[in-house]
Amino acid sequence: MSIFSYSFVQNAMIAGILISLCSALLGVTLVLKRYSMIGDGLSHVAFGAMAIAAVLGFAPMAVTLPVTIAAAVILLGITDNSKIKGDAAIAMISVGALAVGYLLLNLFSPSANVSSDVCSSLFGSSSILTLTKGDVIICTVLAAAVILVFVFLYHRIFSVTFDEAFANATGTNAKAYNMLIAVITAIVIVLAMNLVGALLISALIIFPALSAMRIFKSFTSVIISAAVISVVCAVGGIFASVLLKTPVGSTIVAANIIVFAVFTVISKIKSR
Amino acid sequence: MALIECKNVSLGYEGKPVVSHLDFTVNQGDYLCIIGENGSGKTTLMKALLGQKNLLNGSIEFGDGLKQSDIGYLPQQTPVQKDFPASVKEIVYSGCLNSLGKRPFYSSKQKEKAKSVMEKLGIIDLSTCCYRELSGGQQQRVLLARALCASKKLLVLDEPVAGLDPRITQNLYHLIRHINEDGLTIIMVSHDIQAAADYASHILHVSRTPLFFGAKNDYLKSDVFREFGGGVK
Repeated sequence: MSIFSYSFVQNAMIAGILISLCSALLGVTLVLKRYSMIGDGLSHVAFGAMAIAAVLGFAPMAVTLPVTIAAAVILLGITDNSKIKGDAAIAMISVGALAVGYLLLNLFSPSANVSSDVCSSLFGSSSILTLTKGDVIICTVLAAAVILVFVFLYHRIFSVTFDEAFANATGTNAKAYNMLIAVITAIVIVLAMNLVGALLISALIIFPALSAMRIFKSFTSVIISAAVISVVCAVGGIFASVLLKTPVGSTIVAANIIVFAVFTVISKIKSR
Repeated sequence: MALIECKNVSLGYEGKPVVSHLDFTVNQGDYLCIIGENGSGKTTLMKALLGQKNLLNGSIEFGDGLKQSDIGYLPQQTPVQKDFPASVKEIVYSGCLNSLGKRPFYSSKQKEKAKSVMEKLGIIDLSTCCYRELSGGQQQRVLLARALCASKKLLVLDEPVAGLDPRITQNLYHLIRHINEDGLTIIMVSHDIQAAADYASHILHVSRTPLFFGAKNDYLKSDVFREFGGGVK
């Protein structure tokens, strides 16, 4: 009997494919815009928000989604404002959220086993395999929205990513698109927290884009290959983790690291 | 009416003026060079013409039916672009974005326009090449092609020859002159006074206030030119 006949594996596969697809699409833009650290900072904020949700007894997403979106908007504002050093502000917010989250969980956690809860939300040890049907539906809707936005605004996102000054001067509202990208980043991070855990989300966003950029030379081919790499790594990673009984998140990231290494070697050979 | 009319314009950030008392007009077909040293306010002025709001005083009026979306712009290259994976075609197409309206994708008419511009600038053979692998001069042609796709009436150039070697620089200046002769109005920001004197039809020399505005021939006889550019010739 195939492992796919278990509904929890099916759910994990559907969510895994959608989340990895979204994170790859977004990742190319974030890496090229030098926003990688914002993505990393937001994932820590999402962890802090989840701790608050757990303490208050709310559904995690009801708290993490709005809080992370708000943090995305604030972080972007800080990065655009040259008076405050952007990287320091990001580091401050991200590490602050992590500390407060852990503190709250230790002080007020309703659960008896705090350290295993924390470990699971930081590294996503098993949460992807415990998704309910409702989780999968929310995931599908949000992922579909992200993908549609990318398809229909593709050329504008390209222009804003390649050259903000030009986009602004020729009548594209670059600021609004940056804001949109920040909001999408927040959504993707909240979704991806289920798959790989808060600390490993950045890998999901950054690795496929970096791997694709080793070999492919046009924006379209980089986006498409990043999406393919990401989905293949997610599916392979979930598969391997079920078979080998390894944690899902780190297995997926390990798959991404291997692809990155292979692509780097190929590009070195090609450029000789 | 003139294409652009600036009346007693002061520009600055957060209430602090960078450049003030600017009075000048740009007519259809002009080739205006805005020259001045670093910090003279020429870049601030250019940004104001491109619709970024840093106007403290006075008015900038567009005439002859000029709209913001009729303006093409060649900005300086950014560090982001140095390792950006994009084909020449993708970048030139993105110049057509301002005539896209609410549609999500480019029409075949816009792609045709982009192709004819690439032919004109001699980069059609590079259209599937990767931007980051081109030489500096080729990259600048690609960005110029993108700007031309965006410009229907006016082309604004920001230090277009920065970092290019002398031969490529001359080629680019010739190309820009041809574009001007084809009817496009040009505003170029530069600190290369000699090139301005060679190619422009009008000169605006700023140093936090305007030192000179007028036709090039008058500029060449002016005290300002003798002081700042006289040593070059």
